[in-house]
Amino acid sequence: MSAYYSSILYGALLTVGVSLAALVVASLLGMAGAAAKLSGKPPLVGIATLYTTIIRGIPDLVLMLLVFYGGSIGLNNLLEALGSDVTPDINPFTAGVLTLGFIYGAYMTETFRGAILAIPRGQFEAGAAFGMSPQQVFLRITAPQMVRYALPGFTNNWLVLIKATALVSLIGLQEMTYLAKQASAATRSPFAFFLFTAGLFLIYTWVSLVVLRKLNARYSLGTKRGEL
Amino acid sequence: MNWEVIFRPESLAMYGEGIVTTLVLLFSSLAVGGVFALIFALMLTGRNVFLQRLVGAYTFVIRGTPLLLQIYLIYYGLGQLEWIQARWDDVWPWTHFKDPFFCALLAFSLNTAGYTAEMLAGSIRETHAGEIEAAQAFGMSRFQVMLRVVLPSAMRRTLPAYSNEVVMMLQSTSLASAVPAMLDVTAAASRIYSDFYLPFEAYLFAAAIYLVATFCLIGAFKLAERHFLAHLAPRKS
Repeated sequence: MSAYYSSILYGALLTVGVSLAALVVASLLGMAGAAAKLSGKPPLVGIATLYTTIIRGIPDLVLMLLVFYGGSIGLNNLLEALGSDVTPDINPFTAGVLTLGFIYGAYMTETFRGAILAIPRGQFEAGAAFGMSPQQVFLRITAPQMVRYALPGFTNNWLVLIKATALVSLIGLQEMTYLAKQASAATRSPFAFFLFTAGLFLIYTWVSLVVLRKLNARYSLGTKRGEL
Repeated sequence: MNWEVIFRPESLAMYGEGIVTTLVLLFSSLAVGGVFALIFALMLTGRNVFLQRLVGAYTFVIRGTPLLLQIYLIYYGLGQLEWIQARWDDVWPWTHFKDPFFCALLAFSLNTAGYTAEMLAGSIRETHAGEIEAAQAFGMSRFQVMLRVVLPSAMRRTLPAYSNEVVMMLQSTSLASAVPAMLDVTAAASRIYSDFYLPFEAYLFAAAIYLVATFCLIGAFKLAERHFLAHLAPRKS
């Protein structure tokens, strides 16, 4: 019995791995999406808008099944057409990370866009007037302040992303939800195992909240709050 | 791409059945969850500290764990408890726990109730103090203030956030496919995929159905907002 619990604990590591890897992908896509939306160039704005609209209208699970089952067949066909005889294998971890990253990238796009818009325009102009290149303006002015404005939305997206990792169990990744289901099938005590897994998820979300609150305090140093 | 299989009458009928299940599941869990949400929100904002803590703990657990696990807990987990096992053959409310639709409905309702209760409680707390004072000055009882002043305005102000929740709920119904014997849109797509080995076509078609449903819901909420939140709309110049 305790062997099952320790295997679920081991699966928790995979859950942490999938969620962190997906977060990296989502943040990169989110930055790219926000940059595209704010670029003012019609084709870029159009593509980014299409991306955020469509992704948010399709369930995570359907997209994941599409990428996992459809992606491997599509990749096979593509490679065959190119005359290569390598048979690629999309494993559940890669499919999960890419799909979750792709989905939450759309949410991050909106969060980051809002954060950039919250920074007063004059600061960019001042940076340009000092002779900074756009890269320098981004690194020295936009990025440090963006963090503060983006953190509340980022926190929400992260908490939803953590919970979405449970879906990866449905395409066969052996993370904690998957292991809990197997354990409960083998021992006929599903209630205990699922409750245990739910507890682990609660701990994970709670720890993330504490860390992100610390970060928020760090990046809000020196900002004045109105007192009610 | 092989779309003929998808547009065969049998496949379309399967998707049709899936759409009906998805929509029935969505609207019935929204209705049941909405009633719970209202009760929970009143408890969260009420004066009874014990009830406040209790509902607070409930929403913390519901919002902190994946919906998939909640479904598993109800569908597979409750059957483990001997107390329920002793009853689910003949004692009335417990007989339903053998029905997959009921289990899915219960899981979705409890889930949406947790999220909606917190939103509604937020709006209730934000009600302008002056409005409540004015109502009290008219001699209304606490119950009357709630019913006539606070709730009508708080429920309206929750509408934009609630539209997000409804769209999220639509997408969450795809998790019903994780329960065997439930044929929603996603399960229909999975069945067609496994029958014909056409994952792209099967799931893309399902995705298109969800996309259309999402846009319809968003449109309906825009209309509702125009009606119920007309007093908050930006002034037309």
